Amino acid sequence: MEWEVVVGLEIHVQLSTESKIFSGSSVRYGAPANTQANLVDLGYPGVLPVLNQQAVHMAIKFGLATQSEISARSVFARKNYFYPDLPKGYQISQYELPIVRGGHINISLDDGGNKTIRITRAHLEEDAGKSLHDDFHGLSGIDLNRAGIPLLEIVSEPDMRSALEAGCYMRKIHTLVRYLGISDGNMQEGSFRCDANVSVRPKNEDKLGVRTELKNLNSFRFVEKAIDFEVERQISVLEDNGQVVQETRLYDSEKNETRPMRGKEEANDYRYFPDPDLLPVVIDKNLIDQLRRELPELPDDKWERFVAEYKLSPSEASVLISNQASADYFEVVAEASSGRAKTALNWMTGSLAAALNREDLAIEKSKVDPIDLATLINRTEDGTLSSKLAKTVFEALWEGEGTTDEIIQTRQLQQITDSNAIENLVEKVIGAHPEQAEQFRSGKNKVLGFFVGQVMKACEGKANPEQVNSIVRSMLKAQ
Amino acid sequence: MEKEINKKTLTQLAKGLRQGQFSSEELTQYYLERIDLFNGKINAFITVTREEAIQQARAADKALAAGKSGPLTGVPIAHKDIFCTRGIKTSCGSKMLDNFISPYDATVVKRLKDAGAIMVGKTNMDEFAMGSSNETSFYGPVHNPWDHDRVPGGSSGGSAAAVASKLVSAATGTDTGGSIRQPAAFSGVTGVKPTYGRVSRYGMVAFASSLDQAGTLTQTAEDAALLLESMAGFDRRDSTSLNEPVPAYYDAIHEPWQNLTIGVPDNFFDEGLDPDNAQAVKDALKIFEKLGAKIKDVHLDHLDLSVPVYYVVAPAEASSNLSRFDGVRFGHRSKNVKNLNEFYMQTRGEGFGAEVKRRILTGTYVLSAGYYDAYYLQAQKVRKLISNEFMRIFSEVDLLAGPTTPTPAFKIGQKTDNPVEMYLNDIYTIGAPLAGLPALSVPCGLVQGLPVGLQLIATHLDETRLLKAAHYFQKETDWHLHIPPGYDERER
Repeated sequence: MEWEVVVGLEIHVQLSTESKIFSGSSVRYGAPANTQANLVDLGYPGVLPVLNQQAVHMAIKFGLATQSEISARSVFARKNYFYPDLPKGYQISQYELPIVRGGHINISLDDGGNKTIRITRAHLEEDAGKSLHDDFHGLSGIDLNRAGIPLLEIVSEPDMRSALEAGCYMRKIHTLVRYLGISDGNMQEGSFRCDANVSVRPKNEDKLGVRTELKNLNSFRFVEKAIDFEVERQISVLEDNGQVVQETRLYDSEKNETRPMRGKEEANDYRYFPDPDLLPVVIDKNLIDQLRRELPELPDDKWERFVAEYKLSPSEASVLISNQASADYFEVVAEASSGRAKTALNWMTGSLAAALNREDLAIEKSKVDPIDLATLINRTEDGTLSSKLAKTVFEALWEGEGTTDEIIQTRQLQQITDSNAIENLVEKVIGAHPEQAEQFRSGKNKVLGFFVGQVMKACEGKANPEQVNSIVRSMLKAQ
Repeated sequence: MEKEINKKTLTQLAKGLRQGQFSSEELTQYYLERIDLFNGKINAFITVTREEAIQQARAADKALAAGKSGPLTGVPIAHKDIFCTRGIKTSCGSKMLDNFISPYDATVVKRLKDAGAIMVGKTNMDEFAMGSSNETSFYGPVHNPWDHDRVPGGSSGGSAAAVASKLVSAATGTDTGGSIRQPAAFSGVTGVKPTYGRVSRYGMVAFASSLDQAGTLTQTAEDAALLLESMAGFDRRDSTSLNEPVPAYYDAIHEPWQNLTIGVPDNFFDEGLDPDNAQAVKDALKIFEKLGAKIKDVHLDHLDLSVPVYYVVAPAEASSNLSRFDGVRFGHRSKNVKNLNEFYMQTRGEGFGAEVKRRILTGTYVLSAGYYDAYYLQAQKVRKLISNEFMRIFSEVDLLAGPTTPTPAFKIGQKTDNPVEMYLNDIYTIGAPLAGLPALSVPCGLVQGLPVGLQLIATHLDETRLLKAAHYFQKETDWHLHIPPGYDERER
């Protein structure tokens, strides 16, 4: 039987606010345990939550960027359950009335086509703390630094039909939230987490199959691999006339398999109800308009512009815009080098990428300023530098020896294009190697290369190679 | 030191301090002595903060001498033990918090401290404010100073009894379904529950967040005005607090009388109302008529549903609010547990009393999947209807009046076996908090030697009219000046 894969994703994005969603605590990552939890985060008797408006603004920006409806009135609800790292015994989240509803984004498929993935909703909520089960001699530790950190949970419709589409959607959301400046998207630190709802159904069947929820998908690759594994598993269960059990499964990246969450998960009744400590979030049109004006150029718009303006290929443009810093770097170089976009891209994917890789740096930390790279391109184009020397200058820039022009100056790397100067050099070289000159005259054209090499060596590579070539040839012939 | 300080109102004490008639230290010492003398009989205090009070009084005397006094500088007051007080046990009447020392002050506590008030102690209360008799306290029942075999009302029973017996001239309280007004009526003091959101809830241990409101228990409406002026106002830490200016209540209630229409809902005069209690209220209404008020009979639809609505909404919120008492970060923690489930069950099983458990169970039930729509959602809809009905009535009248309770104080133990009968004691007081309205109770008579109260309800943020009416009533009557037998100064 032919099977169709159905995937929906729930993505938890940690918002990069200054402070927590309902308290003034810092949200800095990696601080010593429980040093960033105040009385509100600790759920002390009598404390009350106060909504961080910055988180609301960030959620609205996401909604605007995905053509979603921004709810004029949304409501925080309490999700009640007991767990030691949940201080109040409930998580403040949004349930019936989320802040963002009914949007979509487009993803590009491998066959060059596009697909629209619908976004059901995005809602604000607080994160829980962390339980630490090791290193406490049989006891558990609790770190509440994370408790109360703002999350935007983005729920998609089950619109994806393969692991690749899911990965593509996830990357798209990742790029988008970083462009919007609402999250650093750092997956190692858990700022961008994903759960996948996966089911399969016979091709052409309308009814959805029984789904499982996959957790612990903390990289793009794992999402794809976990879904692939789960799809295979479900198909083999169904083909053996078995039934898929609706359950939550954990992805084990080391074994590359999913398995049911430890212990049987009881059917939780979260007893959601509107949080009486918080007023409904009322958003007026003025705020929406203001935030719309603050939106940066979005990835899709930038992609179109890069293709049109810089004549990049669709895939070149895609690679560049997937990282806003790369796109920004590229644009500075291209603009400052009179639109030599292809050359700029070559430098970025060549020497720059190699250097960044070598030192494991992000492009934001590049030791070569994009303006210097643009100057380097300009000096190559105007003949000041040979392409070989350009590489030398690039390395010198990386080592911090100065600006492009300073380096050319101090290292005297200007290309020698003066014919007289080159003729003098060639004359000396020919004079020094009479034997080889004799060989040339007797018809051995091969020694031409020897002379060119000797001249380049004598001038430390600074002479224009084409000029050297023709001058060597004509002077040898003239003798 | 003057004689019969116990007869002085908060207002008179504040004035006496400013005029140098006595020092704050003398005054504080005086009340601490009365607490020593009488608290054993009534059990109104859970904690007496003797040393802190004396220290604060000395500081107050310095401030008074330097002319740097606030409106309440040097006056001893007490806080219901539901308010967090920095460095001092905040038990909420529960074993769960018997070991809890709050690391911070509630906004109410801070504001009264800033206004110069001296805290002499924390008053007894029903556990987590759940009760109408003060019998659910982990620290034992409070005894009504008018008759030690009777309850003082609840949940602010300790505050009411302390003010009634003049162990302190004023105290804070909280009201969720009547927890200020009902004990005020039973104990013969003035109890004011302001508009929902008028006073910050920050630092007040939450029972039912959409209903809880801090207020005052004092001898007179004038005292209440003085105290409320310092307590009320927007607090950025409480999103539900109202960002509205606080009127100068004290000055405003002394303005000349203006005629008003008082609606008397027939709903409040049902078959459950004690005839003598009813008569006392009717006599009180005559006083208002004499003052020039127009008395109008009115009827409020849906008000009879207040008790069932309340006993869905309040337990629902409570069941969630009390989840934080899990023994993980503070409060009681059970020992010798084998796993996490046992940890929760034993900690909460041991830490909470029967009434609290009953309400957590009720609340959990009404929020459960499959019951939510039928109970919680339905209750919220009816609550809205009740609220709308009040709004309709307030387009016709300025105030509503009626009895605070159906009967005077009942005997300790009389209703503990029948929760529903206990709940029905709040039948007249529950309407106002459901609609978020300000309301108060003033003493309006003695029935078989026990005080009874007149309840007045006003529209949102109309505390001024409410307090002024009560103040003019008290200018015409002396019920609020009665001291329970045995608590006069000469009994020392």
